[in-house]
Amino acid sequence: MPIELKCHRGIGPAITGTALVADDNFSARYDLDRTKGTFSRPAHKLYGQSYVDKILVLVTAKGGVASAWMLREMAARRMAPKAIVFDRANTILAQGAAFAEMTMVDRFEAGDPTKLIQNGDALRIEPDKGLVTILNRS
Amino acid sequence: MLAGEHGRARQWALRHQIDVGSFFDAPDFVVVGQAHVMADTESLGEEGVRWLESLAELPPAERRVRVPTITDPRGVDFDTYKRLRQTDAMAEIEARAIRAFESLGVLMTNTCINYQTILPAVRGEHLAMGDTGVVIYSNSVMGACSNFEGGPSALAAGLTGRTPRYGYHLDRHRAGTRLFQVTREARDLADWGALGGIIGRATNSYWEVPVVAGIGRPPNSDELKHFGAALASFGSVALFHMLSVTPEAPTLGAAFQGRSVPVAQTIGEAEIQEFYAIYAAKGDKVDVVVFGAPQLSLLEFSRLADLLDGRRVHGATTLVVTTSPEIKFAADRMGLTRRIEDAGGIVAAGICFYQSYAREMAKANGWQRLVTNSAKLVNIIGGYGYKPTLASTERCVDCAISGRIA
Repeated sequence: MPIELKCHRGIGPAITGTALVADDNFSARYDLDRTKGTFSRPAHKLYGQSYVDKILVLVTAKGGVASAWMLREMAARRMAPKAIVFDRANTILAQGAAFAEMTMVDRFEAGDPTKLIQNGDALRIEPDKGLVTILNRS
Repeated sequence: MLAGEHGRARQWALRHQIDVGSFFDAPDFVVVGQAHVMADTESLGEEGVRWLESLAELPPAERRVRVPTITDPRGVDFDTYKRLRQTDAMAEIEARAIRAFESLGVLMTNTCINYQTILPAVRGEHLAMGDTGVVIYSNSVMGACSNFEGGPSALAAGLTGRTPRYGYHLDRHRAGTRLFQVTREARDLADWGALGGIIGRATNSYWEVPVVAGIGRPPNSDELKHFGAALASFGSVALFHMLSVTPEAPTLGAAFQGRSVPVAQTIGEAEIQEFYAIYAAKGDKVDVVVFGAPQLSLLEFSRLADLLDGRRVHGATTLVVTTSPEIKFAADRMGLTRRIEDAGGIVAAGICFYQSYAREMAKANGWQRLVTNSAKLVNIIGGYGYKPTLASTERCVDCAISGRIA
């Protein structure tokens, strides 16, 4: 029986993908090299790693209003994460996900998703149901 | 509107607002007095500009904004982009974005200090402000109500004249959640930024509201500007209260809306020095000194001209000053721009450095070591490949003259 994690109703389509998890935060402007598709801020825990087509699982969003435009621009170039899972999203990333039609969920009943989900986990996200399923573990 | 009777732009706008409002459990909408759109071309990209152009092609009745809608700094200042080694391609995409915005009825103010230069918010006024520094200043110092509204959402608010009622539009989210006791006086704008940065790092959530006590002398608008911009940048914070200074904090009880007051975290000399030490690089060659983030007020501009009088920026160092078009016009008229440029500085209007293709500018100019009095900028610019150092306004000028970090 796969592990089901209940969360708040989210944004965007239902998707499946691979988790890239860190106990860190997210800003498209501050943290990413959007040309290469990697985390570029040296202090970030995912520094140097590619986020393209991954389901990012992070604590919260910070800073920069720019991320609201950037997710759509990244998605148009197919250099975007497939979805973002936060413990708690901020307004900008939720707005950016809505604009980009990118999947985003947050506020989990069982607590911080960066502690519930492991790097490399296969996930199914159903934003309308407020449900994330870990497919590879039971 | 949702059925498309008011056209495709307003239909998109309302759909977008419902998606976002549902995510945050907004009960309804609130009418806004102004919208402020962050939409520099670096973040828009070709995709974003084309999207704006598709709205700009609609008939006027369908595309014009319904409340005053103004803009945050742009990616390019047409008068200085060549000196900053930005490209013609950047200027071209910038011109396209401006044309599209103008056809939507957006006022191209190109500023992140609109609360000092355009129309300050009023207590209780609901707004849809982009730029985290503008939001935190409007909410905290003026007592207005805005969330961080990204470019698409702020434009949606301009088109519908309202925004979903969630977050800082609701009184219950405006109560203090953390308490900070400051025991060291801030002496320079960089100190105020450091203070904001320290509290931002400790707070680190959009949903936390720090309350700051122990501020002796009431800070001025520029000091609060740097404090708030750093707090918002480091912590994603949208509202703070400063005891006896900001309107919702006449007393600790008021700041916490009668809820229990948490134990204070103290910030003193040691914490401030630790913050500077993160970015210290004594003896390093200085590639670029930046005054901006947020854009300079007329008074900051004037002080900088005083500090540069009779001196000359080092040949291997570039000094960049960014301000709003209104302040630039005033500074030109008062001879301040000439004094800064005579000393070898570059004065750019309507941009704010980090929103201006910072990575490409670094490559084109061979810049790496950046010195600034803006804590917000040191937080952001590392992600663009720079090595930033935070220093007082006076020390920044000294670094620009000597070409080294003293």
